[in-house]
Formats: sequence, C-alpha cells, structure tokens
Amino acid sequence: MVVKTLPEIQVKKGEPPYKIWIFEPGEKKELPLIFNLRQLAEQRRPALLPGHRMCAGCAAPIVVKLASFAFRGPTIVVTATGCLEVSTTIYPYTSWALPWIHNAFENAAATASGIEAAIKAMKKTGRLKYENVDVVVFAGDGGTYDIGFQALSGMAERGHDVLYILYDNEAYMNTGIQRSGGTPKYAWTTTSPVGRVIPGKSENKKPIADIMVAHRIPYVATATPAHWMDLVKKVRKGIEVNGPAFIHALSSCDRGWRHEESISVEVLRRAVDTCYFPLWEWSPETGYLLTDRSLVIARNPSLKQPIEKFLEVQGRFRHLLRPENKELVKQLQEYVDATWNDLLKRASNAPR
Amino acid sequence: MSSLKSWKEIPMGGVAYRLSTDVKTGDWRALKPVIDQNKCTKCMICWLFCPDMSIIWDGEKVYVNYDYCKGCGICANECPVKAISMVPELGE
Ligand SMILES: Cc1ncc(C[n+]2csc(CCOP(=O)(O)OP(=O)(O)O)c2C)c(N)n1
Ligand code: SF4
Ligand code: SF4
Ligand code: SF4
Ligand SMILES: [Mg+2]
Repeated sequence: MVVKTLPEIQVKKGEPPYKIWIFEPGEKKELPLIFNLRQLAEQRRPALLPGHRMCAGCAAPIVVKLASFAFRGPTIVVTATGCLEVSTTIYPYTSWALPWIHNAFENAAATASGIEAAIKAMKKTGRLKYENVDVVVFAGDGGTYDIGFQALSGMAERGHDVLYILYDNEAYMNTGIQRSGGTPKYAWTTTSPVGRVIPGKSENKKPIADIMVAHRIPYVATATPAHWMDLVKKVRKGIEVNGPAFIHALSSCDRGWRHEESISVEVLRRAVDTCYFPLWEWSPETGYLLTDRSLVIARNPSLKQPIEKFLEVQGRFRHLLRPENKELVKQLQEYVDATWNDLLKRASNAPR
Repeated sequence: MSSLKSWKEIPMGGVAYRLSTDVKTGDWRALKPVIDQNKCTKCMICWLFCPDMSIIWDGEKVYVNYDYCKGCGICANECPVKAISMVPELGE
C-alpha cells in the first residue's frame, strides 16, 4: 500500500536531497559525526522530509533535523502528541524518513520503553536483523513536564535504553498556546492572559533537566538548535550511553512566542547569551559541565547579556517592557542570575 | 482528496502510507528567498537551519526548492554574508 513518490532532483555530487532511511539487514552502522557543513550537505539526509505542516519558521523541525544528523544507524522514533506529531503526520501523509510511531499524548516514554524491551527480547532470541536499533523520543513540554511526566520518570527508573528529546516551546502550542509547567514566569499565554489581574503566568518554569539529573540516569543535557554542533554531539552521546538519556532542547515557536518568523534561531541564541537557558551536560561520572556558549560566558562574564535581550523580541513578553513593569523584569533578572550562579557553583569546569 | 476511504480500506493501525513530499507547502509563501550567487560562499548555514529542507546543495551551487519553502526567512537571517534577500511574492 505504501506509495513512494519522492521528488527526483538531480545533483552533481552527493546524495539526492530527499531520501528514505533504509538499512539492509545485518548492516552494521556506526555513521560518523560530520561537522564540515558541505560534507554534511552531501552525505547526510535528515529524518524529516519537507511537506510537513509545521508553521513557517518553527524551530521544532530544526531540532529533529539536527538531531537526526547524530543518529548512528537503524533508529525508531516515538513522538508524543503535539505540534511536531500532528503536523508531520496529517493522514495519509508522513514526513518521517524512518520508522516512526505515535501512541498518545501522555505515554511517549512508555511506548519507547516497550519498543526497547521488544528490541532486547528479539536480540536475545536471534530475531533482530540489526546489531542495534536505537530508540529516540521527541516530545513537547506539555507532553514532558506535565501529562507525560510519570511515563518519563518510570522509563528513567526502569533504565530503558532510550534517548528522550524534549523540544520545549514553553506552552501547549498545538491546542492554542496554553501555559504548561515549562512556560516561564510572566509569559502571556491564552490561559495566563495579561491584564489587570495578572501580568502573565504567575509561576516559574519547572527545572525539568535537573529533575532528570536527580533520577541519576547516564546522561542529561540542555541544547538549542542555534548551537548546532553542541546539539549534535549531545544527541550522539545520549544515543551511545547504555540506559536512559534526556536532552532538553529549547525550541522557539513564532506563533506562541509572538516573534518574527525569521528570527527563530536568533531568539534561541539570545536565550543562551542572557543565561536564561544555559547549555550544560551531566553524567554520574562528570557531574555538571558547561558547554559551548555558556562555557564561554562563564569564562568571560562580560559577555552575559541582560534578560531584556531575550524578552524584547517576543510579543509574549511585550507587557514587561512597559515602564510600570520594570520591577517584574528586575525579578526575572534576579531569578536568571540566581539559577546561573547556582549552575556555576555546580559545574566543575566553571572558573573558580 | 477525491473520495474518502472507509475504515475497511485504510491500513491497519492508521498507518500513514504517503510521503509528505506530495504536499507542496510552497504555496504558503508570502516572501520568497532569493540567493545572490555572486555573494554566496557555499557555507551551507542556510541548508543547515532551513526547517523545511528547502535549500538544495547540488555539489556546485546552493538553490531554493520553492515547492516546499514557506518563506520564513530564517535562511536570510542566518546567512553570514547576507546573500539571501526576501522579496514579496507577486500572486497570480
Ligand atoms: C490525553 C490528551 N489530552 C489532551 C490532548 C489535546 N492536545 C493535543 S496536542 C496538545 C498540546 C501539546 O503540547 P506540547 O506537548 O507542549 O507540544 P506542542 O504542541 O507545544 O509542540 C494537547 C493538549 C490530547 N491529544 N490527549
Ligand atoms: S504553533 Fe509553534 S510549535 Fe506549533 S508548528 Fe507553529 S511555530 Fe511550531
Ligand atoms: S548561508 Fe548564505 S553564503 Fe552560506 S550557503 Fe547559504 S546563501 Fe550561501
Ligand atoms: S525561507 Fe525558510 S523555508 Fe524558505 S528556504 Fe529559507 S529557511 Fe527554508
Ligand atoms: Mg509545547
């Protein structure tokens, strides 16, 4: 029944632009990481095909695209309900160039756990056609911080060999921008509307990555697609470790964050430059380690930008720039400074 | 879609059986990225960040696949040498 109709585009060098990932049985795959962009553009094809219906300028497909450049071979992707799932698989179409499953909103981690257990069992009884099959989850903040949390925590506790990537657009975007446990304080959403009663969401963002560190799983990291090499390296590490890994990737949403479509990557850079979203990784052996731009800022604190640089380009924070709300911005700045200083204390590679 | 299939005719488990490359999202576009080939250094930054896999590197030059490009302008914003300009689409 499968109808394969990839557009045929002639290239003079390298792979055709759009490809389905196919691995022959028995094929042992350890695809090397490529950091030379022209080489990457010739040799690697992302797990996502065009024609998906994510909004113009959405960062979530960039997260998936970059992450898939770090996949090492046969991989099964699980997605929780949310923009990424809905917009990449509008029936009867799929944008996924590899095996993909959606089950429900709350159980991506449970579904992945089952797949991983089945892979293990098939390997044991000699029914697996490949040396290894990796399982990677992509889930939104609603599907991770809130409704999917018990499935995720259970997966971590049981020790399933799954990489769980949270693409965090800081609200329930697919159903119309409702606040989640990942929405930052004072952000406008449709369920934390700005008005005379409240200045946006009243609570702080849940420290989800630190909560995953507390599970003492083999690998936890934060990332953004703007810092692409850092993201690619972290995804590969998360796949390589034996056991659960968690990557918290910040993912801008021009609809919900109310910013220009063209600055989706820029706004993520600002999130890191202001230390609103520091880049780090953690493993039981190394503890917290700053990475990429955040390590640079730790070594040269004058590079740290004021939080306004992150707020000023987003309509969801527009009210904060009004003079009467100066105090709220000051509070946000103090919160960012406190969490950043706390991280500097914990990170063993931060200058003392 | 010509005629809707009944539940007996669709694949078990709601399996999607067509590729989204059949869906040409290029008609969403209001602004169109145009690459100045004289300025382009072939650095592939635009190829890397395009959320719609619409930048093609054919081994010799970088060009836009307008079948899918939604005109977000990320490529133009990220291009280190500003070789991409966003020009309004003139509707038919
Ligand atoms: C059990 C259940 N409750 C509610 C919904 C409706 N629903 C679909 S997508 C979505 C929001 C998803 O938010 P998030 O996980 O943050 O992903 P995003 O859309 O923001 O990428 C909701 C509430 C659902 N599909 N299933
Ligand atoms: S609503 Fe936001 S997260 Fe969803 S597709 Fe649009 S830009 Fe992406
Ligand atoms: S980012 Fe600019 S210079 Fe680099 S390949 Fe694209 S158009 Fe050319
Ligand atoms: S405008 Fe957006 S969709 Fe079009 S090529 Fe540039 S980055 Fe890709
Ligand atoms: Mg969300």
